[in-house]
Amino acid sequence: MTILPYVIAGWLFLVGLYGIITSRNLIHMTVCLAVVQSSTYVLLLAIGYRVDAGPPIFMEVPVGTPAVDPVVQALALTDIVVGATVTALLLALAAQVHKRLGTLDPRRLCTMRG
Amino acid sequence: MTPRIRVCLFGFGALVVGALLLGGVDGLPPFGHYRGPYGDVINAVAVDERHVTNMATAVNFDYRAFDTLGEEYILFAAVTGLALLLRQGRGEIEDEPAEYAADRRVPPHGDALRGIGLLMTAVTVLVGVYVVLHAHLTPGGGFQGGTILGTACLLVYLSVGYREFRAVSPRWLLDGADAAGAGAYALVGIGTLLASGTFLLNVLPLGTTKSLFSGGMIPVINLAVGLEVAGGFILVFTEFLKDTRKPSEAKRP
Repeated sequence: MTILPYVIAGWLFLVGLYGIITSRNLIHMTVCLAVVQSSTYVLLLAIGYRVDAGPPIFMEVPVGTPAVDPVVQALALTDIVVGATVTALLLALAAQVHKRLGTLDPRRLCTMRG
Repeated sequence: MTPRIRVCLFGFGALVVGALLLGGVDGLPPFGHYRGPYGDVINAVAVDERHVTNMATAVNFDYRAFDTLGEEYILFAAVTGLALLLRQGRGEIEDEPAEYAADRRVPPHGDALRGIGLLMTAVTVLVGVYVVLHAHLTPGGGFQGGTILGTACLLVYLSVGYREFRAVSPRWLLDGADAAGAGAYALVGIGTLLASGTFLLNVLPLGTTKSLFSGGMIPVINLAVGLEVAGGFILVFTEFLKDTRKPSEAKRP
């Protein structure tokens, strides 16, 4: 009966975005993006949650036992794994930037170089 | 744009977005009182329809299998992009695994660390395989089990060393697993398209509910995803670790 989980999802989204905007390090920026992404997990799982319900797995309990929404769980679980590899890709980009330009500060990457 | 103006602009935007989000919460079901209907429908019919007991797996690899195909290709593209980026500096030629890190001394590992590490590796591999294989019955699946199998390889690196890590996960195996996993999923889809006229329709016999061989196509797709995720994750670890190593001609004693 509370809206706290939804507020937390919104807060995670905005605080991660604030981190990206004010970031002075590409690795920090990648972590901030992961924070933004985690807000979607909180939102999804909060929507599918049901008080006093079990997991949507009917191995040991009969069908019809109250269970939470499996659709949002499936969305969150693929998203987590995909998010991890996307984070790895961004870190590889950061490593490449550091190798080429000797800096990780996004503010010093404004000028284009051929 | 100075940082100050940027933060001011963000503050204004955040206020608007925050207000919109708060307004949107109004339309959501109160927390803990999920209203459905999709989750409830799946929970009610999937056990009978697909002979599986894990509903999240049924959603991922059957009802929403087409979306998962797309998600798996995001993963594949991310791993491929990472390998391209990091291999660019080194060239495509496979070099002999260099034992020495370029910028730091790697202390030799003690026997206790090796012993416990290998024991944990064995347990982790077992758990990973179990989690992948029982996707349609109990919590777990190809995505989760694949990452656990990736962790097992990382444990070899942490407890024994880089050379052994490369020995248990040679590049041909990683590239092969990654490609085979991604390809198998699409091929299953094309196979069902030819067999039934519908992409990723569950055409295999469904088997007995709660047995390992049940769910028709779900375990097949799940296995492909497990292969892809495990291969992809270990490939990511390998590419990052390679970057910290010296090329083999500059070997230290």
